[in-house]
Amino acid sequence: MLVSVDRDLCQGHGVCESEAPGVFALGKDATVTILDQHPGEELRAQVEAAVRFCPTSALRITEEE
Amino acid sequence: MSIVVERREPPRVSGGEMENGHLDELRVDPLALMNRVRAECGDVGVFRLADRDVVLLSGADANEFFFRAPEEILDQAEAYPFMTPVFGEGVVFDAPPERRREMLHNQALRDKFMRGHAATIADEVEHMVAAWDDEGEIDLLDWFAELTIYTSSACLIGKRFRDELDARFAHLYHDLEQGTDAIAYVDPYAPIESFRRRDEARRGLVALVEGIMERRAGGPAVPDDQRDLLDVLMSIKDEDGSDRFSADMITGMFISMMFAGHHTTSGTAAWTLIELLDHPDELAAVDDELDELYADGAEVSYQALRAMPHLESSIKEALRLHPPLILLLRVAKEDLEFAGFTIRAGQMVGASPSVSNRIPEDFPAPDSFEPGRYLVPREEDRTNPWTWIPFGAGRHRCVGAAFAMMQLKAIFSVLLLDWEFELAQPRDTYRNDHSKMVVQLQQPCAVRYRRRGTPGSRRPASSRPSPGSAG
Repeated sequence: MLVSVDRDLCQGHGVCESEAPGVFALGKDATVTILDQHPGEELRAQVEAAVRFCPTSALRITEEE
Repeated sequence: MSIVVERREPPRVSGGEMENGHLDELRVDPLALMNRVRAECGDVGVFRLADRDVVLLSGADANEFFFRAPEEILDQAEAYPFMTPVFGEGVVFDAPPERRREMLHNQALRDKFMRGHAATIADEVEHMVAAWDDEGEIDLLDWFAELTIYTSSACLIGKRFRDELDARFAHLYHDLEQGTDAIAYVDPYAPIESFRRRDEARRGLVALVEGIMERRAGGPAVPDDQRDLLDVLMSIKDEDGSDRFSADMITGMFISMMFAGHHTTSGTAAWTLIELLDHPDELAAVDDELDELYADGAEVSYQALRAMPHLESSIKEALRLHPPLILLLRVAKEDLEFAGFTIRAGQMVGASPSVSNRIPEDFPAPDSFEPGRYLVPREEDRTNPWTWIPFGAGRHRCVGAAFAMMQLKAIFSVLLLDWEFELAQPRDTYRNDHSKMVVQLQQPCAVRYRRRGTPGSRRPASSRPSPGSAG
């Protein structure tokens, strides 16, 4: 899976960092940094929770072949 | 041969032949005006507000265009002239997105403070219901407006400051909120009664804050860990040693900090209660959910941060049907194009939660209170991120949304666990007053309360230990 963030929408709430700490981190500018754009399947549940609970719906998972 | 792309002016809505265009209609029945724009013009239509056009956008595509636009293109700072006399000159209504992110990241709204805030809010509700008898009647506007003065001051400024406030602060704050007549688009200082009261209320608030500052300046020093925001602001000095901030400036800051979370939360609490009382099945589902969550004697400060699907859905549905802000405005800084229509620099551009939240294609049975629309699999808030917009969307989305949700969950945890309510008036007499830009419930808006487990109540007392008996 490919994880992406819509920079117009991210407000830096940091929910994704709590849900999937290995994949997302809040940067110094208080917007999200994606640490791992292609997280492994074992992280799917965490990443899906991050996408789901993002207060501004800024995150997306795209499936890769 | 060349292709000429013709750009068109967006269509104009009917009416508005008076000198100030649609201003008078906006002051009397803004929902009818904005719904007519969509009905007659579609996603893009124009009404006239005094000497300015307002290009009103609605629907998912138009709202996405609105909410994604950066500050340099659609500016918010100039769009709300009625707020300047409320906050005072020099206190801005809104901060740019970078500053908003900092606020989220660094300040009281940060996730890690939420649990402490939940405890504070629960305490404030307990404090207010402690004055109740076993049964009685409250006015929803007065009661929730006073409660949310205490909760927002305690959470955002500090408990020490909150403890120096009483109902006087709430009443003055209410007069301030009532001083937001759209006539401000012609003249924010027009000689009308609500503006006179607004200015008097602001002076009254400054006097109250000044009194608190004088008592603190003459009193003993407080330990560092008990200092609140007022102590911090009072301690900041200019180079010559004089105070950096006057009482007037500090009051302006406090008014603006509390503003976004005050009438909004107060109104949403009232409408959630009204809708639940009007829908007994939904209320029963919420009651059962709370009884179960708190069955083990857990603290509100802990539970209010956890999922409460029925209560959350009921709050969301109250927000969709009765959004506290009905019209969000910007000013176009350059000529823009959307869907083949030209928006000219200087025109105002608006999006309306009231209109978009009831688009039938996105929200089936749009006028019905149906909390089930937020549960899996419908999830109509998540599937319509650009039309489910009680908190706005995109860059300017309300930074206090999570705080607001937690606050409402904490309030209803205390109220519904220990009390029962019923409407004291016919349902259709509960209405919003739209004569001001800050929407408030129209009075009277009374409900009756009764302590659970007392004679005449429907339900036994909850198994939660009563806060009074905890010692």
